[in-house]
Amino acid sequence: MGQEVDLSTQLAGLRLPNPVMTASGCAAAGRELQQFFDVAELGAVVTKSVMRAVRSGRPTPRMAETASGMLNSIGLQGPGIDAFIAHDLPWLRSVGARAVVSIAGGDVAEFRELAQRLGDQPGVCAVEVNISCPNVANRGLVFACEPASSAAVISAVRAVLPQRIPVLAKLSPDVTDIVQIASACVDAGADGLTMVNTLLGMSIDLDRLRPKLASRTGGLSGPAIRPVAVRCIWQVYAAMQAGLLTQVPIVGVGGVRSGGDALELVLAGASAVQVGTAIFNDPCAPIRVRDELAHELAQRGIARFTDAVGRAHATPAPLTPAHTTPAPLDL
Amino acid sequence: MAATSGEARRAQPVTTTAQVAQSRDVGAYRQLTLLAPGVAQTARPGHFVALAIGDERSSMLLRRAFSIHRAAPGEAGTVDVVVADAGPGTHWLSELRPGDEVAVLGPLGNPFPVPTAPTSCTLVGGGYGSAPLFWLAEVLRDRGCRVDLVLGAATEQRLFGVETGQQVADSTTVTTDDGTTGAQGRVTDALPQVLQRGRADLVYACGPMAMLRAVTEVAASHGAVAHVAVEESMACGVGVCMTCVLAVRDDDGCTRMVRSCVEGPVFRGDRVRWDAWQDGLGQVPADALGAPSGGH
Repeated sequence: MGQEVDLSTQLAGLRLPNPVMTASGCAAAGRELQQFFDVAELGAVVTKSVMRAVRSGRPTPRMAETASGMLNSIGLQGPGIDAFIAHDLPWLRSVGARAVVSIAGGDVAEFRELAQRLGDQPGVCAVEVNISCPNVANRGLVFACEPASSAAVISAVRAVLPQRIPVLAKLSPDVTDIVQIASACVDAGADGLTMVNTLLGMSIDLDRLRPKLASRTGGLSGPAIRPVAVRCIWQVYAAMQAGLLTQVPIVGVGGVRSGGDALELVLAGASAVQVGTAIFNDPCAPIRVRDELAHELAQRGIARFTDAVGRAHATPAPLTPAHTTPAPLDL
Repeated sequence: MAATSGEARRAQPVTTTAQVAQSRDVGAYRQLTLLAPGVAQTARPGHFVALAIGDERSSMLLRRAFSIHRAAPGEAGTVDVVVADAGPGTHWLSELRPGDEVAVLGPLGNPFPVPTAPTSCTLVGGGYGSAPLFWLAEVLRDRGCRVDLVLGAATEQRLFGVETGQQVADSTTVTTDDGTTGAQGRVTDALPQVLQRGRADLVYACGPMAMLRAVTEVAASHGAVAHVAVEESMACGVGVCMTCVLAVRDDDGCTRMVRSCVEGPVFRGDRVRWDAWQDGLGQVPADALGAPSGGH
């Protein structure tokens, strides 16, 4: 049934054979998943956010299971950009995978330097700018909480990367008005938006009477947050339709476990979908979601994936006309 | 020092839906026999499996990791695990009955390294942490090794495998914190005497982190090398989530935060930075590679 559907999609000039990617931080750099399926068959592998230097990450416990989700506080553990370029990127190229490289920095200069390093590397299909990791010591460092700091990072990255490499801004749902942040990123040169990163959460151990995570707070992910992702994608897509910000592709992420889940994000406005936490439950989840998505589309008589993007906006919702006007904050 | 072989390293893990062949109470625990030929085929003592909780719509997303108690390759191909009913996930597993299905991922991790020549070995298990040691004992005995076993738990009900131990080991020593059976005390109270008697060169241990640390120290003071299987909570079991890290020294003496699922779960005890482990928290030592100056 899957072969009847054209799954190809376009992300700011980047053509992908299908819209399913791994979510950053849930697939390392792809190698571990290759023993379960061929990662080159995915739309793209989005690598774990890399920083300038090697980084140990946070103490343990770093993880707590929650209802239909989990909290993590890894703290951006990673090998640093040199080791990433020396080992991970060549491996992804060697297996024919499309690499979307996620970068994270403590300041604008670090983001710029990382983008500079990646710009002339072969095999970088796109750069996803992680301005929204909640697991940083200083909450003020979550760039995606403010339009100005988001724009500063995105414009610095965009300025140093060759035009052929699209820049995706990864946004946080933990903001009052995500359209405002999205708008700032697009104005600063973002070619696409990845929505959403984890939500800041917390869980307490009832036996030890203390927070379960060593770092107290962590990022909430998994199916529990899917409605939040759908809402964010919907709001930003609606604002684009209304001309409030330039239309750029949205990469949907948040709680996708099945093809039906992926379709929900697509109908809200996503041109591609990432699979994250579900990988921990099922290492084959990304490729399974791709196949299930094809099936879901075929069942609905949708022959081209791109025809489903934002489709829910075109279908009249059971609301009074006043509510259907795109007012991002008024749901 | 005894040479250990690297013949049995990481295996190719498979994901499979296994049928439960048997489920039975063993003391305070539940032993499950799973039909998983693809896993049983390549499993070695020290490997673990990650079991999914519930079906594909389960609200408990994270797999639970269990060391393999025993694997029987061949036509049926079974894998046994020992489950302690300690929460909603393990409760679901302990309620499984023959014919029920469970998603299994494995074999995962690195198995216990085994000596290339006959060596005297002491195996130490705390609670149901002893689960993989009997199979290991058989493998070691097949290689001509002497095997002394020390099993300890808080109380008699929480011991696992004493009778099996008596069948597979040259000697079995039992300790309980409350003295309900065996010698009253901890495994490390009994360990020096066992190490002396067996003139052990190698020690293998599974159990709580505090026990592994103490076993490593006692082994070192008797000139033996300890290989310990750590219990770090994991989300994925395959190396992508980065939650199960602990501080371990490498060959060059450099401390790194390594993933216990793919670089362990068996480590040389003298490489683990026990000083970073306290009260259920795994700290990042200040001298670890990439350690934060102001917090990550």
